[in-house]
Amino acid sequence: MKSFLKKLIPPLILLSPAFIILFVFKVLPIIFAFRLSFYDWGIAGIKGFVGLKNYYYLLKDPFFWQSVINTIYYTIFAVPLNIIISLIIAYLLNRGIKALGLFRTIYFLPVITSIVAVSVVWKWLYDPNRGLFNYFLTLAGLHPLKWLEEPRGIFEMIFSVHLPYILRGPSLALFSLVLMSVWKSLGYNVVIFLAGLKNIPDVYYEAARIDGAGMWQTFRNVTIPLLSPTTFYVMIMSTIISFQVFAPVWTMTGPPPGGPLGTTSVIVYYLYQKGFEEYQVGYGSAIAFVFFLMILAITLFQKLYLEKKVYYEV
Amino acid sequence: MRYKLQKAIIYTVLIFGAIWMLLPFLWMLSTSFKTQAEALRMPPTWIPQHFTTMPFKIVWEKVHFPQYIYVSTIVSLFTLAGVLITSLLAAYAFSWYEFPGREQMFMAMLSLMMVPIPVYVVPLYIIVQKLGWIDTFYALIVPWTVNIFGIFLLRQHMRSIPRDLYDAAIIDGCSKLRFLFSVVMPLVKPAIVTIAIFDVIGSWNAFMWPLMVTNSDKMRPIQVGLAYFAQGETTNYPALMAASTITILPLLILFFIAQKQIVESYSRSGLKE
Repeated sequence: MKSFLKKLIPPLILLSPAFIILFVFKVLPIIFAFRLSFYDWGIAGIKGFVGLKNYYYLLKDPFFWQSVINTIYYTIFAVPLNIIISLIIAYLLNRGIKALGLFRTIYFLPVITSIVAVSVVWKWLYDPNRGLFNYFLTLAGLHPLKWLEEPRGIFEMIFSVHLPYILRGPSLALFSLVLMSVWKSLGYNVVIFLAGLKNIPDVYYEAARIDGAGMWQTFRNVTIPLLSPTTFYVMIMSTIISFQVFAPVWTMTGPPPGGPLGTTSVIVYYLYQKGFEEYQVGYGSAIAFVFFLMILAITLFQKLYLEKKVYYEV
Repeated sequence: MRYKLQKAIIYTVLIFGAIWMLLPFLWMLSTSFKTQAEALRMPPTWIPQHFTTMPFKIVWEKVHFPQYIYVSTIVSLFTLAGVLITSLLAAYAFSWYEFPGREQMFMAMLSLMMVPIPVYVVPLYIIVQKLGWIDTFYALIVPWTVNIFGIFLLRQHMRSIPRDLYDAAIIDGCSKLRFLFSVVMPLVKPAIVTIAIFDVIGSWNAFMWPLMVTNSDKMRPIQVGLAYFAQGETTNYPALMAASTITILPLLILFFIAQKQIVESYSRSGLKE
Protein backbone atom coordinates (compact mmCIF):
# COMPACT_ATOMS: atom_id res chain seq x y z
CA MET A 1 0.00 0.00 0.00
CA LYS A 2 2.76 2.38 0.95
CA SER A 3 4.65 1.76 -2.26
CA PHE A 4 1.44 2.20 -4.22
CA LEU A 5 1.00 5.68 -2.78
CA LYS A 6 4.65 6.41 -3.24
CA LYS A 7 4.26 5.65 -6.91
CA LEU A 8 1.09 7.65 -7.31
CA ILE A 9 1.72 10.81 -5.35
CA PRO A 10 4.68 12.43 -7.18
CA PRO A 11 3.06 12.24 -10.65
CA LEU A 12 -0.27 13.39 -9.24
CA ILE A 13 1.39 16.47 -7.81
CA LEU A 14 2.78 17.25 -11.26
CA LEU A 15 -0.60 16.62 -12.86
CA SER A 16 -2.60 18.58 -10.33
CA PRO A 17 -2.32 22.10 -11.84
CA ALA A 18 -3.59 20.88 -15.20
CA PHE A 19 -6.20 18.57 -13.70
CA ILE A 20 -7.63 21.11 -11.24
CA ILE A 21 -8.04 23.75 -13.93
CA LEU A 22 -9.48 21.25 -16.39
CA PHE A 23 -11.89 20.00 -13.77
CA VAL A 24 -13.16 23.39 -12.63
CA PHE A 25 -13.26 25.08 -16.03
CA LYS A 26 -14.12 22.24 -18.37
CA VAL A 27 -15.39 19.03 -16.75
CA LEU A 28 -17.62 20.80 -14.26
CA PRO A 29 -19.22 23.11 -16.85
CA ILE A 30 -19.82 20.15 -19.18
CA ILE A 31 -21.61 18.20 -16.44
CA PHE A 32 -23.39 21.39 -15.44
CA ALA A 33 -24.53 22.00 -19.04
CA PHE A 34 -25.99 18.52 -19.28
CA ARG A 35 -27.82 18.78 -15.94
CA LEU A 36 -29.11 22.29 -16.50
CA SER A 37 -30.76 21.24 -19.73
CA PHE A 38 -33.35 19.45 -17.57
CA TYR A 39 -34.02 22.53 -15.43
CA ASP A 40 -36.11 25.61 -15.88
CA TRP A 41 -33.54 28.31 -15.22
CA GLY A 42 -34.50 31.67 -16.68
CA ILE A 43 -33.77 35.25 -15.84
CA ALA A 44 -35.80 34.90 -12.61
CA GLY A 45 -33.60 32.09 -11.30
CA ILE A 46 -33.97 28.32 -11.01
CA LYS A 47 -37.56 27.12 -11.00
CA GLY A 48 -36.79 23.43 -10.67
CA PHE A 49 -36.49 20.19 -12.57
CA VAL A 50 -38.63 20.06 -15.70
CA GLY A 51 -37.47 16.81 -17.30
CA LEU A 52 -37.38 16.91 -21.07
CA LYS A 53 -39.47 20.05 -21.37
CA ASN A 54 -36.59 22.19 -22.69
CA TYR A 55 -35.95 19.62 -25.41
CA TYR A 56 -39.64 19.47 -26.20
CA TYR A 57 -39.78 23.23 -26.71
CA LEU A 58 -36.56 23.10 -28.69
CA LEU A 59 -38.03 20.64 -31.18
CA LYS A 60 -40.96 22.99 -31.74
CA ASP A 61 -38.86 26.16 -31.90
CA PRO A 62 -38.77 27.41 -35.54
CA PHE A 63 -35.86 29.75 -34.78
CA PHE A 64 -33.82 26.82 -33.54
CA TRP A 65 -34.54 24.84 -36.68
CA GLN A 66 -33.70 27.83 -38.82
CA SER A 67 -30.34 28.10 -37.06
CA VAL A 68 -29.70 24.38 -37.62
CA ILE A 69 -30.50 24.67 -41.33
CA ASN A 70 -28.36 27.81 -41.64
CA THR A 71 -25.44 26.03 -39.98
CA ILE A 72 -25.79 23.01 -42.25
CA TYR A 73 -25.99 25.25 -45.34
CA TYR A 74 -22.94 27.14 -44.19
CA THR A 75 -20.99 23.91 -43.64
CA ILE A 76 -21.97 22.06 -46.81
CA PHE A 77 -20.96 25.04 -48.92
CA ALA A 78 -17.88 26.16 -47.01
CA VAL A 79 -16.18 22.77 -46.51
CA PRO A 80 -16.21 21.38 -50.07
CA LEU A 81 -15.41 24.78 -51.61
CA ASN A 82 -12.50 25.14 -49.26
CA ILE A 83 -11.20 21.61 -49.87
CA ILE A 84 -11.45 21.80 -53.66
CA ILE A 85 -9.76 25.18 -53.97
CA SER A 86 -7.04 24.48 -51.43
CA LEU A 87 -6.30 21.09 -52.99
CA ILE A 88 -5.86 22.68 -56.42
CA ILE A 89 -3.62 25.43 -55.02
CA ALA A 90 -1.52 22.94 -53.04
CA TYR A 91 -1.20 20.66 -56.07
CA LEU A 92 0.00 23.52 -58.26
CA LEU A 93 2.37 24.76 -55.56
CA ASN A 94 3.86 21.29 -55.33
CA ARG A 95 4.83 21.12 -58.98
CA GLY A 96 8.31 22.50 -58.49
CA ILE A 97 7.46 26.13 -59.07
CA LYS A 98 9.65 29.10 -58.24
CA ALA A 99 8.85 31.36 -55.27
CA LEU A 100 7.01 28.59 -53.44
CA GLY A 101 7.79 30.25 -50.11
CA LEU A 102 6.36 33.59 -51.22
CA PHE A 103 3.13 32.04 -52.49
CA ARG A 104 2.73 29.96 -49.35
CA THR A 105 3.19 33.05 -47.18
CA ILE A 106 0.58 35.00 -49.12
CA TYR A 107 -1.97 32.19 -48.99
CA PHE A 108 -1.31 31.65 -45.31
CA LEU A 109 -1.63 35.30 -44.29
CA PRO A 110 -5.40 35.30 -43.56
CA VAL A 111 -5.05 32.25 -41.29
CA ILE A 112 -3.23 34.13 -38.55
CA THR A 113 -5.36 37.25 -39.03
CA SER A 114 -8.13 37.71 -36.50
CA ILE A 115 -11.62 36.76 -37.64
CA VAL A 116 -13.04 39.99 -36.18
CA ALA A 117 -10.67 42.21 -38.18
CA VAL A 118 -11.31 40.14 -41.29
CA SER A 119 -15.05 40.51 -40.73
CA VAL A 120 -14.78 44.28 -40.40
CA VAL A 121 -12.76 44.52 -43.62
CA TRP A 122 -15.05 42.20 -45.57
CA LYS A 123 -18.14 44.05 -44.39
CA TRP A 124 -16.63 47.10 -46.06
CA LEU A 125 -15.85 45.08 -49.22
CA TYR A 126 -19.45 43.85 -49.27
CA ASP A 127 -20.95 47.32 -48.76
CA PRO A 128 -23.90 47.54 -51.19
CA ASN A 129 -23.26 51.18 -52.16
CA ARG A 130 -19.54 51.83 -51.83
CA GLY A 131 -18.08 48.36 -51.55
CA LEU A 132 -15.29 47.11 -53.77
CA PHE A 133 -17.15 43.94 -54.80
CA ASN A 134 -20.09 45.83 -56.22
CA TYR A 135 -17.67 48.13 -57.97
CA PHE A 136 -16.11 45.07 -59.65
CA LEU A 137 -19.55 43.78 -60.60
CA THR A 138 -20.51 47.07 -62.24
CA LEU A 139 -17.14 47.16 -64.03
CA ALA A 140 -17.99 43.75 -65.45
CA GLY A 141 -21.38 45.08 -66.54
CA LEU A 142 -23.32 43.11 -63.94
CA HIS A 143 -25.95 44.18 -61.44
CA PRO A 144 -24.69 45.15 -58.00
CA LEU A 145 -25.80 42.86 -55.17
CA LYS A 146 -27.00 43.50 -51.65
CA TRP A 147 -24.58 40.88 -50.24
CA LEU A 148 -24.93 40.82 -46.45
CA GLU A 149 -28.31 42.52 -46.60
CA GLU A 150 -29.83 40.05 -49.08
CA PRO A 151 -32.25 37.55 -47.45
CA ARG A 152 -33.13 35.75 -50.71
CA GLY A 153 -31.75 32.27 -51.21
CA ILE A 154 -28.96 31.88 -53.76
CA PHE A 155 -30.87 29.25 -55.78
CA GLU A 156 -33.81 31.60 -55.88
CA MET A 157 -31.58 34.34 -57.19
CA ILE A 158 -29.77 32.18 -59.75
CA PHE A 159 -32.92 30.72 -61.23
CA SER A 160 -35.06 33.80 -60.43
CA VAL A 161 -38.01 31.73 -59.25
CA HIS A 162 -39.83 31.41 -55.96
CA LEU A 163 -38.94 28.21 -54.21
CA PRO A 164 -40.25 26.53 -51.07
CA TYR A 165 -38.34 27.11 -47.86
CA ILE A 166 -35.50 24.61 -47.84
CA LEU A 167 -34.83 24.61 -51.60
CA ARG A 168 -34.05 28.32 -51.65
CA GLY A 169 -30.53 27.57 -50.52
CA PRO A 170 -28.57 29.74 -48.13
CA SER A 171 -29.38 33.43 -48.34
CA LEU A 172 -26.84 35.50 -50.23
CA ALA A 173 -26.02 37.01 -46.82
CA LEU A 174 -25.07 33.60 -45.45
CA PHE A 175 -23.26 32.73 -48.66
CA SER A 176 -21.24 35.93 -48.29
CA LEU A 177 -20.04 34.56 -44.96
CA VAL A 178 -19.16 31.29 -46.69
CA LEU A 179 -17.03 33.08 -49.30
CA MET A 180 -15.21 34.97 -46.60
CA SER A 181 -14.54 31.82 -44.60
CA VAL A 182 -13.09 30.10 -47.66
CA TRP A 183 -10.71 33.02 -48.12
CA LYS A 184 -9.85 33.04 -44.43
CA SER A 185 -9.04 29.35 -43.92
CA LEU A 186 -7.84 28.36 -47.39
CA GLY A 187 -4.19 28.80 -46.45
CA TYR A 188 -4.41 26.43 -43.52
CA ASN A 189 -5.67 23.62 -45.73
CA VAL A 190 -3.11 24.47 -48.41
CA VAL A 191 -0.32 23.99 -45.87
CA ILE A 192 -1.80 20.70 -44.62
CA PHE A 193 -2.25 19.43 -48.19
CA LEU A 194 1.28 20.47 -49.09
CA ALA A 195 2.58 18.38 -46.18
CA GLY A 196 0.44 15.48 -47.39
CA LEU A 197 1.66 15.84 -50.97
CA LYS A 198 5.28 15.80 -49.84
CA ASN A 199 4.61 12.39 -48.32
CA ILE A 200 3.63 10.84 -51.65
CA PRO A 201 6.70 9.02 -52.96
CA ASP A 202 8.04 10.22 -56.30
CA VAL A 203 7.98 6.71 -57.76
CA TYR A 204 4.20 6.96 -58.26
CA TYR A 205 4.54 10.14 -60.29
CA GLU A 206 7.45 8.60 -62.17
CA ALA A 207 5.32 5.59 -63.04
CA ALA A 208 2.46 7.80 -64.15
CA ARG A 209 4.78 9.83 -66.35
CA ILE A 210 6.23 6.72 -67.98
CA ASP A 211 2.70 5.56 -68.70
CA GLY A 212 2.13 8.87 -70.42
CA ALA A 213 -0.42 10.28 -68.00
CA GLY A 214 -1.18 14.00 -68.32
CA MET A 215 -1.51 16.53 -65.52
CA TRP A 216 -5.20 15.84 -64.96
CA GLN A 217 -4.84 12.05 -65.12
CA THR A 218 -1.97 12.10 -62.67
CA PHE A 219 -3.96 14.31 -60.33
CA ARG A 220 -7.06 12.12 -60.63
CA ASN A 221 -5.40 8.70 -60.36
CA VAL A 222 -2.31 9.27 -58.26
CA THR A 223 -2.68 12.37 -56.14
CA ILE A 224 -6.30 12.10 -55.03
CA PRO A 225 -6.22 8.47 -53.84
CA LEU A 226 -2.83 8.77 -52.14
CA LEU A 227 -3.81 12.00 -50.49
CA SER A 228 -7.12 10.72 -49.14
CA PRO A 229 -6.01 10.34 -45.49
CA THR A 230 -5.07 14.03 -45.46
CA THR A 231 -8.28 15.01 -47.23
CA PHE A 232 -10.22 13.02 -44.70
CA TYR A 233 -8.53 14.76 -41.80
CA VAL A 234 -9.10 18.19 -43.37
CA MET A 235 -12.75 17.34 -43.95
CA ILE A 236 -13.43 16.37 -40.32
CA MET A 237 -11.60 19.37 -38.93
CA SER A 238 -13.20 21.87 -41.32
CA THR A 239 -16.67 20.48 -40.65
CA ILE A 240 -16.27 20.77 -36.89
CA ILE A 241 -14.86 24.29 -37.18
CA SER A 242 -17.59 25.39 -39.58
CA PHE A 243 -20.26 24.16 -37.20
CA GLN A 244 -18.91 26.54 -34.57
CA VAL A 245 -19.02 29.73 -36.64
CA PHE A 246 -19.91 32.70 -34.46
CA ALA A 247 -17.71 35.82 -34.73
CA PRO A 248 -18.59 36.79 -38.35
CA VAL A 249 -22.30 36.56 -37.54
CA TRP A 250 -21.92 38.82 -34.52
CA THR A 251 -19.66 41.30 -36.33
CA MET A 252 -20.99 41.44 -39.89
CA THR A 253 -24.71 40.76 -39.95
CA GLY A 254 -27.74 42.70 -38.83
CA PRO A 255 -28.38 44.73 -36.80
CA PRO A 256 -29.53 42.68 -34.98
CA PRO A 257 -26.98 39.93 -35.69
CA GLY A 258 -28.42 36.90 -37.45
CA GLY A 259 -30.24 39.06 -40.00
CA PRO A 260 -31.54 39.67 -42.58
CA LEU A 261 -34.69 37.78 -41.58
CA GLY A 262 -32.69 35.38 -39.41
CA THR A 263 -31.00 33.87 -42.46
CA THR A 264 -27.52 34.07 -40.93
CA SER A 265 -28.46 32.97 -37.41
CA VAL A 266 -26.32 29.86 -36.79
CA ILE A 267 -26.55 27.40 -33.88
CA VAL A 268 -23.74 28.88 -31.80
CA TYR A 269 -25.12 32.37 -32.26
CA TYR A 270 -28.60 31.18 -31.25
CA LEU A 271 -27.12 29.43 -28.22
CA TYR A 272 -25.30 32.63 -27.26
CA GLN A 273 -28.48 34.64 -27.72
CA LYS A 274 -30.67 32.33 -25.61
CA GLY A 275 -28.24 31.10 -22.99
CA PHE A 276 -26.24 34.26 -22.45
CA GLU A 277 -28.01 37.37 -23.73
CA GLU A 278 -31.50 36.34 -22.66
CA TYR A 279 -30.11 34.32 -19.76
CA GLN A 280 -32.36 31.31 -20.39
CA VAL A 281 -29.72 29.01 -19.00
CA GLY A 282 -31.81 25.82 -19.03
CA TYR A 283 -32.98 26.31 -22.58
CA GLY A 284 -29.53 27.39 -23.72
CA SER A 285 -28.04 24.24 -22.21
CA ALA A 286 -30.49 22.11 -24.14
CA ILE A 287 -29.33 23.82 -27.35
CA ALA A 288 -25.71 23.26 -26.29
CA PHE A 289 -26.30 19.57 -25.68
CA VAL A 290 -28.07 19.02 -29.00
CA PHE A 291 -25.22 20.92 -30.66
CA PHE A 292 -22.72 18.58 -29.01
CA LEU A 293 -24.64 15.51 -30.19
CA MET A 294 -24.53 16.87 -33.73
CA ILE A 295 -20.77 17.36 -33.64
CA LEU A 296 -20.37 13.89 -32.17
CA ALA A 297 -22.63 12.38 -34.84
CA ILE A 298 -20.69 14.04 -37.66
CA THR A 299 -17.38 12.86 -36.24
CA LEU A 300 -18.63 9.30 -35.75
CA PHE A 301 -20.26 9.17 -39.18
CA GLN A 302 -17.07 10.33 -40.85
CA LYS A 303 -14.95 7.97 -38.79
CA LEU A 304 -17.10 4.87 -39.19
CA TYR A 305 -18.41 5.31 -42.69
CA LEU A 306 -16.13 7.53 -44.70
CA GLU A 307 -12.88 6.30 -43.27
CA LYS A 308 -13.46 2.95 -44.95
CA LYS A 309 -13.17 4.71 -48.28
CA VAL A 310 -9.86 6.26 -47.39
CA TYR A 311 -6.83 4.77 -49.04
CA TYR A 312 -4.03 4.06 -46.64
CA GLU A 313 -0.66 3.05 -47.92
CA VAL A 314 0.56 -0.18 -46.38
CA MET B 1 5.91 23.39 -75.80
CA ARG B 2 3.23 21.59 -73.86
CA TYR B 3 5.41 21.82 -70.79
CA LYS B 4 5.82 25.58 -71.17
CA LEU B 5 2.11 26.11 -71.61
CA GLN B 6 1.47 24.07 -68.49
CA LYS B 7 3.87 26.21 -66.46
CA ALA B 8 2.20 29.36 -67.76
CA ILE B 9 -1.21 28.08 -66.67
CA ILE B 10 0.09 27.12 -63.22
CA TYR B 11 1.63 30.53 -62.62
CA THR B 12 -1.42 32.36 -63.91
CA VAL B 13 -3.72 30.49 -61.53
CA LEU B 14 -1.38 30.93 -58.56
CA ILE B 15 -0.79 34.63 -59.19
CA PHE B 16 -4.49 35.28 -59.71
CA GLY B 17 -5.19 33.45 -56.43
CA ALA B 18 -2.49 35.37 -54.61
CA ILE B 19 -3.98 38.67 -55.79
CA TRP B 20 -7.33 37.60 -54.33
CA MET B 21 -5.68 36.68 -51.06
CA LEU B 22 -3.94 40.05 -50.83
CA LEU B 23 -6.76 42.24 -52.11
CA PRO B 24 -8.66 42.64 -48.81
CA PHE B 25 -5.42 43.53 -47.00
CA LEU B 26 -4.44 46.09 -49.62
CA TRP B 27 -7.91 47.60 -49.62
CA MET B 28 -7.81 47.80 -45.83
CA LEU B 29 -4.44 49.56 -45.86
CA SER B 30 -5.40 51.89 -48.69
CA THR B 31 -8.67 52.93 -47.00
CA SER B 32 -7.00 53.48 -43.65
CA PHE B 33 -4.91 56.33 -45.09
CA LYS B 34 -7.79 58.11 -46.83
CA THR B 35 -10.09 60.91 -45.83
CA GLN B 36 -13.71 59.90 -45.26
CA ALA B 37 -14.78 61.66 -48.44
CA GLU B 38 -12.18 59.88 -50.55
CA ALA B 39 -13.07 56.49 -49.06
CA LEU B 40 -16.61 56.87 -50.37
CA ARG B 41 -15.62 58.09 -53.82
CA MET B 42 -16.64 56.13 -56.90
CA PRO B 43 -14.69 54.94 -58.79
CA PRO B 44 -12.43 54.08 -55.87
CA THR B 45 -8.80 55.11 -55.69
CA TRP B 46 -6.15 52.54 -54.77
CA ILE B 47 -3.46 55.00 -53.75
CA PRO B 48 -4.83 57.69 -51.41
CA GLN B 49 -4.77 61.05 -53.17
CA HIS B 50 -4.99 62.99 -49.93
CA PHE B 51 -2.77 60.85 -47.79
CA THR B 52 -3.70 61.25 -44.11
CA THR B 53 -2.89 59.50 -40.84
CA MET B 54 -6.00 60.98 -39.23
CA PRO B 55 -7.83 57.60 -39.05
CA PHE B 56 -5.00 56.16 -36.95
CA LYS B 57 -5.03 59.23 -34.73
CA ILE B 58 -8.76 58.81 -34.10
CA VAL B 59 -8.38 55.13 -33.27
CA TRP B 60 -5.36 55.71 -31.08
CA GLU B 61 -6.62 58.73 -29.16
CA LYS B 62 -10.41 58.70 -29.16
CA VAL B 63 -11.04 54.96 -29.14
CA HIS B 64 -8.99 53.23 -26.48
CA PHE B 65 -6.84 50.99 -28.65
CA PRO B 66 -3.68 51.40 -26.58
CA GLN B 67 -5.65 50.08 -23.60
CA TYR B 68 -7.08 47.17 -25.65
CA ILE B 69 -3.59 46.27 -26.80
CA TYR B 70 -2.38 46.38 -23.21
CA VAL B 71 -5.16 44.03 -22.05
CA SER B 72 -4.56 41.59 -24.90
CA THR B 73 -0.82 41.58 -24.33
CA ILE B 74 -1.22 40.81 -20.62
CA VAL B 75 -3.78 38.10 -21.37
CA SER B 76 -1.62 36.49 -24.07
CA LEU B 77 1.55 36.48 -21.97
CA PHE B 78 -0.01 35.12 -18.78
CA THR B 79 -2.08 32.53 -20.62
CA LEU B 80 1.07 31.38 -22.37
CA ALA B 81 3.02 31.17 -19.10
CA GLY B 82 0.19 29.16 -17.51
CA VAL B 83 -0.09 26.81 -20.47
CA LEU B 84 3.64 26.14 -20.55
CA ILE B 85 3.81 25.38 -16.82
CA THR B 86 0.77 23.09 -16.71
CA SER B 87 1.70 21.31 -19.95
CA LEU B 88 5.34 20.70 -19.07
CA LEU B 89 4.49 19.29 -15.64
CA ALA B 90 1.60 17.15 -16.89
CA ALA B 91 3.47 15.85 -19.93
CA TYR B 92 6.45 15.02 -17.72
CA ALA B 93 4.24 13.03 -15.36
CA PHE B 94 2.64 11.20 -18.27
CA SER B 95 5.93 10.30 -19.93
CA TRP B 96 8.50 9.78 -17.14
CA TYR B 97 6.51 8.29 -14.28
CA GLU B 98 4.99 4.85 -14.03
CA PHE B 99 1.79 4.89 -12.02
CA PRO B 100 -1.50 2.99 -11.91
CA GLY B 101 -4.20 4.45 -14.18
CA ARG B 102 -1.78 6.49 -16.25
CA GLU B 103 -3.06 5.51 -19.68
CA GLN B 104 -6.68 5.77 -18.58
CA MET B 105 -6.17 9.26 -17.21
CA PHE B 106 -4.42 10.28 -20.39
CA MET B 107 -7.20 8.95 -22.61
CA ALA B 108 -9.87 10.58 -20.45
CA MET B 109 -8.06 13.88 -20.80
CA LEU B 110 -7.72 13.50 -24.57
CA SER B 111 -11.41 12.76 -24.92
CA LEU B 112 -12.13 16.19 -23.40
CA MET B 113 -10.67 17.70 -26.57
CA MET B 114 -13.77 16.52 -28.42
CA VAL B 115 -16.03 18.92 -26.54
CA PRO B 116 -15.98 22.32 -28.27
CA ILE B 117 -16.17 25.52 -26.21
CA PRO B 118 -19.71 26.61 -27.21
CA VAL B 119 -21.10 23.44 -25.56
CA TYR B 120 -20.08 24.49 -22.06
CA VAL B 121 -19.56 28.23 -22.40
CA VAL B 122 -22.74 29.29 -20.56
CA PRO B 123 -22.15 27.15 -17.43
CA LEU B 124 -18.50 28.22 -17.53
CA TYR B 125 -19.70 31.80 -17.45
CA ILE B 126 -21.83 31.02 -14.39
CA ILE B 127 -18.88 29.42 -12.58
CA VAL B 128 -16.62 32.38 -13.34
CA GLN B 129 -19.39 34.72 -12.22
CA LYS B 130 -19.74 32.81 -8.92
CA LEU B 131 -15.99 33.24 -8.41
CA GLY B 132 -16.52 36.99 -8.77
CA TRP B 133 -14.20 37.15 -11.77
CA ILE B 134 -16.39 38.90 -14.34
CA ASP B 135 -14.59 41.88 -15.85
CA THR B 136 -11.21 40.88 -14.39
CA PHE B 137 -8.01 39.45 -15.86
CA TYR B 138 -8.69 36.18 -14.01
CA ALA B 139 -11.72 35.45 -16.18
CA LEU B 140 -9.73 36.14 -19.35
CA ILE B 141 -6.71 34.07 -18.35
CA VAL B 142 -7.26 31.26 -15.83
CA PRO B 143 -9.79 29.04 -17.67
CA TRP B 144 -7.43 28.85 -20.69
CA THR B 145 -4.19 27.96 -18.90
CA VAL B 146 -4.43 24.31 -19.87
CA ASN B 147 -3.91 23.19 -23.44
CA ILE B 148 -4.66 19.48 -23.87
CA PHE B 149 -3.12 19.39 -27.32
CA GLY B 150 0.00 20.91 -25.79
CA ILE B 151 0.22 18.15 -23.18
CA PHE B 152 -0.24 15.58 -25.93
CA LEU B 153 2.47 17.09 -28.12
CA LEU B 154 4.97 17.47 -25.29
CA ARG B 155 4.38 13.92 -24.09
CA GLN B 156 5.05 12.69 -27.62
CA HIS B 157 8.36 14.53 -27.69
CA MET B 158 9.38 13.59 -24.15
CA ARG B 159 8.84 9.92 -24.79
CA SER B 160 11.45 9.95 -27.52
CA ILE B 161 14.17 11.07 -25.09
CA PRO B 162 16.44 8.09 -24.38
CA ARG B 163 16.22 6.56 -20.92
CA ASP B 164 20.03 6.40 -20.60
CA LEU B 165 20.15 10.16 -20.34
CA TYR B 166 17.92 9.97 -17.32
CA ASP B 167 19.88 7.21 -15.62
CA ALA B 168 23.12 9.09 -16.13
CA ALA B 169 21.65 12.27 -14.69
CA ILE B 170 20.28 10.47 -11.63
CA ILE B 171 23.63 8.83 -10.95
CA ASP B 172 25.19 12.28 -11.09
CA GLY B 173 22.80 13.29 -8.33
CA CYS B 174 20.26 15.22 -10.44
CA SER B 175 16.74 15.32 -9.01
CA LYS B 176 13.76 14.31 -11.12
CA LEU B 177 12.47 17.86 -11.26
CA ARG B 178 15.84 19.35 -12.13
CA PHE B 179 16.11 16.78 -14.89
CA LEU B 180 12.90 18.23 -16.36
CA PHE B 181 14.19 21.80 -16.41
CA SER B 182 17.83 21.26 -17.34
CA VAL B 183 17.68 18.26 -19.67
CA VAL B 184 14.14 17.66 -20.93
CA MET B 185 13.11 21.26 -21.60
CA PRO B 186 15.95 22.11 -24.00
CA LEU B 187 15.29 18.85 -25.87
CA VAL B 188 11.58 19.53 -26.40
CA LYS B 189 12.10 23.14 -27.49
CA PRO B 190 10.49 22.63 -30.92
CA ALA B 191 7.29 21.41 -29.24
CA ILE B 192 7.36 24.35 -26.84
CA VAL B 193 7.70 26.75 -29.76
CA THR B 194 4.72 25.14 -31.51
CA ILE B 195 2.57 25.38 -28.39
CA ALA B 196 3.62 28.99 -27.82
CA ILE B 197 2.73 29.91 -31.40
CA PHE B 198 -0.74 28.34 -31.27
CA ASP B 199 -1.37 29.83 -27.87
CA VAL B 200 -0.36 33.41 -28.58
CA ILE B 201 -2.31 33.44 -31.84
CA GLY B 202 -5.30 31.87 -30.07
CA SER B 203 -5.31 34.31 -27.14
CA TRP B 204 -4.77 37.36 -29.29
CA ASN B 205 -7.61 36.39 -31.63
CA ALA B 206 -10.07 35.04 -29.01
CA PHE B 207 -13.47 36.62 -29.28
CA MET B 208 -16.54 34.85 -27.90
CA TRP B 209 -15.36 34.32 -24.33
CA PRO B 210 -13.84 37.81 -23.84
CA LEU B 211 -17.04 39.23 -25.31
CA MET B 212 -19.02 37.47 -22.59
CA VAL B 213 -16.86 38.18 -19.53
CA THR B 214 -15.89 41.82 -20.05
CA ASN B 215 -18.24 44.73 -19.36
CA SER B 216 -16.10 47.81 -18.98
CA ASP B 217 -14.23 49.39 -21.84
CA LYS B 218 -10.92 49.25 -19.97
CA MET B 219 -11.03 45.43 -19.61
CA ARG B 220 -11.70 44.74 -23.28
CA PRO B 221 -9.16 42.71 -25.21
CA ILE B 222 -8.47 44.04 -28.67
CA GLN B 223 -10.90 41.82 -30.60
CA VAL B 224 -13.81 42.83 -28.41
CA GLY B 225 -12.75 46.47 -28.56
CA LEU B 226 -12.64 46.31 -32.35
CA ALA B 227 -15.99 44.53 -32.57
CA TYR B 228 -17.74 47.11 -30.39
CA PHE B 229 -16.08 49.94 -32.25
CA ALA B 230 -17.27 48.45 -35.55
CA GLN B 231 -20.78 48.02 -34.21
CA GLY B 232 -21.03 51.65 -33.13
CA GLU B 233 -19.13 53.24 -35.98
CA THR B 234 -20.76 52.34 -39.28
CA THR B 235 -19.75 55.21 -41.55
CA ASN B 236 -16.17 56.19 -40.80
CA TYR B 237 -14.54 53.55 -42.98
CA PRO B 238 -10.97 54.91 -42.78
CA ALA B 239 -11.09 54.71 -38.97
CA LEU B 240 -12.56 51.18 -39.11
CA MET B 241 -9.82 50.05 -41.47
CA ALA B 242 -7.14 51.73 -39.35
CA ALA B 243 -8.51 49.89 -36.30
CA SER B 244 -8.42 46.57 -38.20
CA THR B 245 -4.87 47.26 -39.31
CA ILE B 246 -3.78 47.91 -35.74
CA THR B 247 -5.54 44.75 -34.57
CA ILE B 248 -3.80 42.44 -37.01
CA LEU B 249 -0.41 44.18 -37.04
CA PRO B 250 1.20 42.53 -33.95
CA LEU B 251 0.54 39.00 -35.24
CA LEU B 252 1.57 40.01 -38.73
CA ILE B 253 4.92 41.16 -37.36
CA LEU B 254 5.22 37.91 -35.40
CA PHE B 255 4.39 36.01 -38.57
CA PHE B 256 7.14 37.69 -40.56
CA ILE B 257 9.67 37.07 -37.80
CA ALA B 258 8.82 33.42 -37.14
CA GLN B 259 7.24 32.53 -40.46
CA LYS B 260 8.99 29.23 -40.92
CA GLN B 261 8.15 27.95 -37.44
CA ILE B 262 4.53 29.10 -37.71
CA VAL B 263 3.84 27.47 -41.05
CA GLU B 264 5.63 24.29 -39.96
CA SER B 265 3.70 24.16 -36.70
CA TYR B 266 0.41 24.40 -38.54
CA SER B 267 1.38 21.85 -41.16
CA ARG B 268 2.53 19.35 -38.54
CA SER B 269 -0.69 19.77 -36.60
CA GLY B 270 -2.44 18.01 -39.47
CA LEU B 271 -0.28 14.91 -39.52
CA LYS B 272 -1.45 11.87 -37.68
CA GLU B 273 1.49 10.60 -35.72
